[in-house]
Amino acid sequence: MMVKPLATNRSSSGMSTGKLAVWWLIASEIVIFGGVLASYLMFRLGHPEWGAAASHTNTWAGALNTMVLLTSSLSAVLAHQAAEQGDGKKAARFLYFTVLGALMFLVIKSFEWTHEIGLGFTLQSGGFWSFYYLAAGIHAAHVIAGAIIMIWVAAYAKRNEELQRVEYIGIYWHFVDIVWIFLFPLLYIAK
Amino acid sequence: MSHSEAAHPHTNYVKIWGILVVLLIVSILGPELGHPVITLVTAFGIAFVKAYLVAMKFMHLDREPKFVMYFVATTLAFMALLFAGVAPDVMLHDGKNWDHSAAKQVVETGQALQGEGQGH
Repeated sequence: MMVKPLATNRSSSGMSTGKLAVWWLIASEIVIFGGVLASYLMFRLGHPEWGAAASHTNTWAGALNTMVLLTSSLSAVLAHQAAEQGDGKKAARFLYFTVLGALMFLVIKSFEWTHEIGLGFTLQSGGFWSFYYLAAGIHAAHVIAGAIIMIWVAAYAKRNEELQRVEYIGIYWHFVDIVWIFLFPLLYIAK
Repeated sequence: MSHSEAAHPHTNYVKIWGILVVLLIVSILGPELGHPVITLVTAFGIAFVKAYLVAMKFMHLDREPKFVMYFVATTLAFMALLFAGVAPDVMLHDGKNWDHSAAKQVVETGQALQGEGQGH
């Protein structure tokens, strides 16, 4: 019989260790994304000429991706709700729907970047474009990581196993959504 | 399962999603009016409201033990500290005893090119 280590289930902090670890991860992610966003904001305010570069970003593509992420956050929280009710199959279905949202986000981003690179706007085209590709690139890497973990969590949830993980990956996913909520006006609206 | 992890069957998540979508639409249409204050409020002010809703209602931050809020707030304070400490050097291009001529030149060249672009 497999026995889980004590650290997996202890709740001296008022929550499971796994959930505590996810919150610590989020805290470290705030420092990473916060550093990038704060730096971008400083440079953007110090360089009014970046507005011309920003005018080339596609607001509607950014808005569509915001819509996709908000909807995927809804399905992630519905997966959490289903997991709390002990319905692993339903939770897995919602998680797969969230993964579909992640894929849609990446496809839209690919079209967007292909178009921009085709116009000659690359990582080396200036300060704005360096930040644009860096911030959106790090964010996209988090979307890919989240989608992979979600597929793994859903595989267990389908068998009604480790349902607590559905909430953990959900918290991470909502954070990825929040980062985009700030990236959208910074990169697509402030022109 | 601790109290904070208990089921939340009464939260209407679809309603919250609907509010987020309406806020998204306002944040897209607001800046179209072209007024800087309206752009600031609708694009950036609403971003904070959306982030708050996602953190509280989807991540259930309001139901977590208080210390979670404290360490999230601490990391945000570090971000503000970074901004406050570095911003004067990055946002300004000269001061009482210093002059960042290269940055000034980049801004001037960029704005001149922008002006030429608008002239054509």
